[in-house]
Amino acid sequence: MGHRYLPLTDADRQAMLEAIGVPDVEALFADIPDPVRLKRPLDLEPALTEPELVRELGRLAAKNRTTDALVSFLGAGAYEHTIPAVVDHVLRRSEFYTAYTPYQPELSQGNLQAIFEFQTMVASLTGMEVANASLYDGPTALAEAVLLSLRETRRKRVVLSEALHPHARSVVETVVRDLEGVTVDVAPAPGGATDAGALRALAADAAAVVVQTPNFFGVVEPLGAHRQAVAASGAMWIVSANPLALGLLRPPGDFGADLVVGDMQPLGIPLSFGGPYAGYLAARMKDVRKLPGRIVGETVDAAGRRGYVLTLQTREQHIRREKATSNITTNQALMALAAAVAMSAFGPRGLRALAEQNVHKTQYALQAIEARTPFRRAYPAPVFNEFVLELGRPADEAVAALLEQGFLAGYPLGSLGEDYRTKLLVTVTEVRTKAEIDAFVEALGRWGR
Amino acid sequence: MNPEAMQAAGAAEGGRPAGAAPALFGPREVPLLFERSQPGKRAADLPPLDVPPADPVALYGEALVRTTPPLLPEVSEPELVRHYTALSRRNYGVDTGFYPLGSCTMKYNPKINEDLARLDGFVRIHPLAPVETVQGALELLHRLEAALREITGMDAVSLLPAAGSHGELVGLKIIAAYHRARGERRRKVLVPDSAHGTNPASAAMAGFEAVSVPSDARGLVDLDAYRAALGPDVAAVMLTNPNTLGLFETDILAIVEAAHAAGALVYYDGANLNAILGKSRPGDMGFDVVHVNVHKTFSTPHGGGGPGAGPVGVKAHLEPYLPIPRVVAEKRPDGSVFYRLSEDHPHSIGRVRGFAGSFGVLVRAYAYIRALGAEGLRQVAEDAVLAANYVLSRLKDVYDVPYGGLVKHEFVLSGRRQKARGVRTLDIAKRLMDYGFHPPTIYFPLIVEEALMIEPTETESKETLDAFIAAMRAIAEEAERDPALVRSAPHTTPVGRLDEAKAARQPVLVWRPDRS
Repeated sequence: MGHRYLPLTDADRQAMLEAIGVPDVEALFADIPDPVRLKRPLDLEPALTEPELVRELGRLAAKNRTTDALVSFLGAGAYEHTIPAVVDHVLRRSEFYTAYTPYQPELSQGNLQAIFEFQTMVASLTGMEVANASLYDGPTALAEAVLLSLRETRRKRVVLSEALHPHARSVVETVVRDLEGVTVDVAPAPGGATDAGALRALAADAAAVVVQTPNFFGVVEPLGAHRQAVAASGAMWIVSANPLALGLLRPPGDFGADLVVGDMQPLGIPLSFGGPYAGYLAARMKDVRKLPGRIVGETVDAAGRRGYVLTLQTREQHIRREKATSNITTNQALMALAAAVAMSAFGPRGLRALAEQNVHKTQYALQAIEARTPFRRAYPAPVFNEFVLELGRPADEAVAALLEQGFLAGYPLGSLGEDYRTKLLVTVTEVRTKAEIDAFVEALGRWGR
Repeated sequence: MNPEAMQAAGAAEGGRPAGAAPALFGPREVPLLFERSQPGKRAADLPPLDVPPADPVALYGEALVRTTPPLLPEVSEPELVRHYTALSRRNYGVDTGFYPLGSCTMKYNPKINEDLARLDGFVRIHPLAPVETVQGALELLHRLEAALREITGMDAVSLLPAAGSHGELVGLKIIAAYHRARGERRRKVLVPDSAHGTNPASAAMAGFEAVSVPSDARGLVDLDAYRAALGPDVAAVMLTNPNTLGLFETDILAIVEAAHAAGALVYYDGANLNAILGKSRPGDMGFDVVHVNVHKTFSTPHGGGGPGAGPVGVKAHLEPYLPIPRVVAEKRPDGSVFYRLSEDHPHSIGRVRGFAGSFGVLVRAYAYIRALGAEGLRQVAEDAVLAANYVLSRLKDVYDVPYGGLVKHEFVLSGRRQKARGVRTLDIAKRLMDYGFHPPTIYFPLIVEEALMIEPTETESKETLDAFIAAMRAIAEEAERDPALVRSAPHTTPVGRLDEAKAARQPVLVWRPDRS
């Protein structure tokens, strides 16, 4: 019996070998030098039939405690949100998910048009003129934006807000490390928001100034003040933003951001243990030829019918090789599709309502914690859907204690440094009910006594 | 025509191939979702608010609150579903039909893997959750790492990179860190002229200078030119083996030995690993770093251009430089194994992306490897190579074969004979659509004039391969008899050839309400 994924029969194989004119399949591997031929079977776990595979992966899945089993107040860059059922039903259309990147536009109009619509939605949401077809995730999108600023300004210094997601900061540091003479400065965020005075001082001669809103501490950054601080420096101002928050918040483009980046995960993409997600990158039209990654454009065929193609490809690696704007080959098409379907399902009003519910629930939780527990917010600045609590005791102890009671209490910030060991980042999205929030506050209060 | 292609075909008209009906790839026109939008419609709702509302303006101040709503469509759920279903019908995937896109390994994507990756226990877990709550996920990653180590012959694996090109960047960062730790500053990376464009682009992105090495008359690395290019300033050599011509680099041991003798490391671009699964391993060839494309070799869906994953494997001397976080297994006194994500690796190149990898993609790759096992994977390689050689043997009399002999999982034809009749490779590619097939990769590798790069993969029946062969032969004949017919193809797709020059000259990259 053959394998269920392999259509050729032994008779087929025999006929094909005869057509080729070789005696056996080994003859087709005769060009592999003997010393590098594997002369034993691979040492792998035994092959499984489909029912066995279901049982085995079901066993592994069952060892995880899901956000259904635990009531989650954990976010920190990956969020549990409502995902309309239509999203996954669209993703399961196999014409979408079994296609490759749309090199042949006549056979890829579905993918191309969906990405064109995605670009339109992202550009509008961020208040920018154009967006690319997506990148791997939020942190790598930021790294690409920073590289763009280094090429564009020919300067060598990058300024990152202290309140940037630590993964994003770390990815930027990794990416610039081997580039000649490039350095990174960090602008402090005392009080939870990035200090505009520090930004002003550091921006001079910088290639890029990077802030995130809402930032890693949940704080909605004062973008107007930041803009004034950066405006005259000649540095590119890069804003990383949660796209859900932009349903409610004035978009960075309105403040004059040069590049807006972020992760589409909050809109239609499940937690999935950290990926796959989709990064986005939005820009001004004047910078479009400097962007990394795929971009879809509208055009016509000979009969005048509207159609879509990958465009401005002379930026890209398959044309420009070492002179390309990036090495990235594809986008994160299917995850961008997920985000586009989710944004379309909610629409502008639904997205605002969704963002507002995050604010309402977060404010309720914050007030309840301050009223009913000994704990207080660490920073006075206004937040979106997460906030930092000062616990006065190691935050990982709170996480461990509340886990026993069925809560993911949040993200303990100890990895940021000794000053943060007693701080806990708590996230409250629209999926949390008042009853769950009350129970969490109660449990937190009990632990605090 | 094969049954799949017949099914994809509809009613007859102008440019249809003899004996076949033209392919029907979805509706002629689908309005943009924005053009269907009607104020007040929605396709999703939220439970009523169960807490007191807060006032955003009071919280953030007027200046920080949005006044102009974003341009998102307003449609009902049925309209939303119709729209995307109509779009999907204008898209061609592996499930639609044969997709011999060279270098991309467009093999069948098993359906069960889609279900498994969507198990609640995999989807509804947070990447920063306490590790004791995600032991199943970490065990899966640990087991996948072990499988990839064995398949590639490497000592340690990171599953973090998000794509093949990302794997290249990570691998080159590791190489840079290795040389830096040894106090050496090597600036150059050697790349064959047949290499994927990502190789030189990744080298440049990692801060290196890419230097092209010519191929010889065999289509393999020109050993003399290669040896001459090696030197104390060369950090690494990047190779794809089998290479993009589908040819195994028979001098591989000499190539690796020369690089090592010059103090350079050797990087394996795993794009073509499918050809040698269970037959030969990059680790045994002497490679120091490899990346594998799980969306090619291990059947995770290409998704229309992502998400993929590009795990990186290294030999022991490079393990300290792997990116963080790493999956670590600890034996407990009671004999059980406890898994952690570890960030404590002082020599690591650092983080290369958010969180712990494209987990949903990696679940599918693990499921695939478990479904095949050692014998199945070897059969994959054998059938893929058999299919490529078979199709080549049936086409080599009508198309030019620039580099002859035995191929592995793919082969490259040249359309120069047809070009002499006024039919270019692009035309042949477009004409294949009328026969119900996705075209091969074209104009790559760059060293072949009018290249057609064909990778059938192991998941096609002989009937499908024969139908494709028949279509390619028919098109060669059409190029002789009726070149205009081929030049004006495709005739059966929802749009004809699109004006790409116009798209680039006057870019329209977003929809605007004032334009329609």
